[in-house]
Amino acid sequence: MLQLLVDGLVVGSTVALGAIGLTLTYSLLRFANFGHGELLTIGAYAALAVVGALAGFAAPPIGPFSFGWPLLAALPVAAAATALVALAVDAALFARLRARGAAIVLIIASFGAALALRNLLLFSFGPLPEYYSREIQIAIALVPRSVLGGMRVTPDQAFVLGLALACMAALHLFLSRTVLGKAMRATAMNPDLARVAGIDTAAVIRATWILGATLASVAGVFAGLTGQVRTTLGFELLLPMFAAAILGGVGSVLGAAIGGLVVGLAESLLTPVLGAEYRAASAFLAIIAILLVRPQGLFGKAAR
Amino acid sequence: MSDLAGIASYAAFFLAFAGIFAVVVLGLNLQWGFTGLFNVGVAGFVAIGAYVSAILTTPDHPEQLGGFALPILAGWAGAAVAAGLAGLVVGVAALRLRHDYLAIATFGVAVAIQLVALNAQWIGGGPFGLHFIPKPFESTLGAGLPFNAAYLAQVVAIVALAYAALERLVRSPWGRVLRAIREDEAAAESLGKRVFAFRLQAFVLGSALMGLGGALYAHFVGYIAPEDFLPILTFQLWTMLVVGGAGNNRGAILGAVVVWGVWAMSGGALRAMMPADAQARGAALQVVLIGILLAAMLVLRPRGLLGEETAISRHAAAPAPADERRPG
Repeated sequence: MLQLLVDGLVVGSTVALGAIGLTLTYSLLRFANFGHGELLTIGAYAALAVVGALAGFAAPPIGPFSFGWPLLAALPVAAAATALVALAVDAALFARLRARGAAIVLIIASFGAALALRNLLLFSFGPLPEYYSREIQIAIALVPRSVLGGMRVTPDQAFVLGLALACMAALHLFLSRTVLGKAMRATAMNPDLARVAGIDTAAVIRATWILGATLASVAGVFAGLTGQVRTTLGFELLLPMFAAAILGGVGSVLGAAIGGLVVGLAESLLTPVLGAEYRAASAFLAIIAILLVRPQGLFGKAAR
Repeated sequence: MSDLAGIASYAAFFLAFAGIFAVVVLGLNLQWGFTGLFNVGVAGFVAIGAYVSAILTTPDHPEQLGGFALPILAGWAGAAVAAGLAGLVVGVAALRLRHDYLAIATFGVAVAIQLVALNAQWIGGGPFGLHFIPKPFESTLGAGLPFNAAYLAQVVAIVALAYAALERLVRSPWGRVLRAIREDEAAAESLGKRVFAFRLQAFVLGSALMGLGGALYAHFVGYIAPEDFLPILTFQLWTMLVVGGAGNNRGAILGAVVVWGVWAMSGGALRAMMPADAQARGAALQVVLIGILLAAMLVLRPRGLLGEETAISRHAAAPAPADERRPG
């Protein structure tokens, strides 16, 4: 029982980072990006490529973790690669559709871009799942087995939780303290007014993609680290991420973070009830329940 | 079988498939092209139709639901009704909200339906799917060309029926309200139109057509499995509508034929070009190709091959300049 909480929080922090990026692009570009999951997958594979390229160096695992410094070095490279892909797709596809004012078509365009990107990865890396490291880890028992089945955490899981919290704190500081962060929030609230106020909205949109892609790449590495690196990694998280973004209220960064943790916990706690094979459906049930009960989400304003 | 008969048999097979797709795309066109409703879970509604019709018409099977051995026509009707009901449930939950919520909700429906099909063995045979779905007239006509040709005739008749009915509908006052809602929801509402009710009707009707298309697929192939209804199917169907021209029923049918042709040909070409051990990767490239086709079409020719007809009121004094109209 307690173990489910830990597992849920680990999945939840991955979902939360993804959902924050999703809610940012959603509120600034005003469309539900069905390709956001693929940004996670690209981040995971970019990190895998870096780890593979650095395999020649002696890199013993750091402390209790399963990975050495190559994975830490891979994180910024993966973030940069993912951001480049996001910017390229935006310039080639989304920006042109935006310029024509066909915002609603963006959803289906993103759906198409997602399938194309996922299959491009499948073509390049093949269908077999991969791992960052094959080291075996010893889980640390936080609560003995006699109390509610006990609670164990692997060092990697602790790393994921810690880095996720650090990312969220850094993002909060960025959005509340920096000029660019404030410009982003202003553009999300009212793009026309922001432009009148002298904000370069095109630069804000680029910053949004970079930020969303960076968080997505970290989330992708998390998913690969606690599971497998495979081409459907991000796609499988898409529904939970949407659920988290809607639950938190679209546009609310704090809401998406909390929503992600809640969705992760709900998925984990519902698994014994629904059965592991229906795990993916629990996010869908959550979405329908939220839409029926509180469509504006926990922290959102009433639907426009 | 002689070469000529083989080619004729393949042509009938190809066109029957295109026709089955056309039925589904006509349903999607009613939802998106005319009403502006975003359904990203088309594959889910197709799957409901396929499974319901299969369960209704297959002979008795001890370990599974169904075995009602009903006539095939009853299966088709049941498929349309079941998919329509599913559309009703989703529509009531999501149609009052912003359009992107409908997209997310329908996407979730498709994922959930696929999971049920994959895991609930007692309903749909799990990963093994359902077999021995009766093929109309196969036993009297014989497999191959006669069956393919006869099925093609049935599919063409259904496409023609659906086309005629939809054309009447969208040109009726009801259809005008749908387009009014699509163009400006607030204006339509201020004229006293019950926006939610109209949307729900269009969504349910479109879903029913998708279910019918699924049933047509099941009885043509004779075998269905969960992997027939992955999101890639939704994507292919959307590409068909975008390429053909959203808001134009002839465009929907043309898009089904063209994109299915591109899909089949590119598959053949990639199989010929790729070495045997890279065939699975070649199939991935095929999806990339269709993705690029969709993106290029959206950017370069958003109206599709056959765009929507520009409708001008016959009460207008002088013909206004034709403005670029787009679903939205």
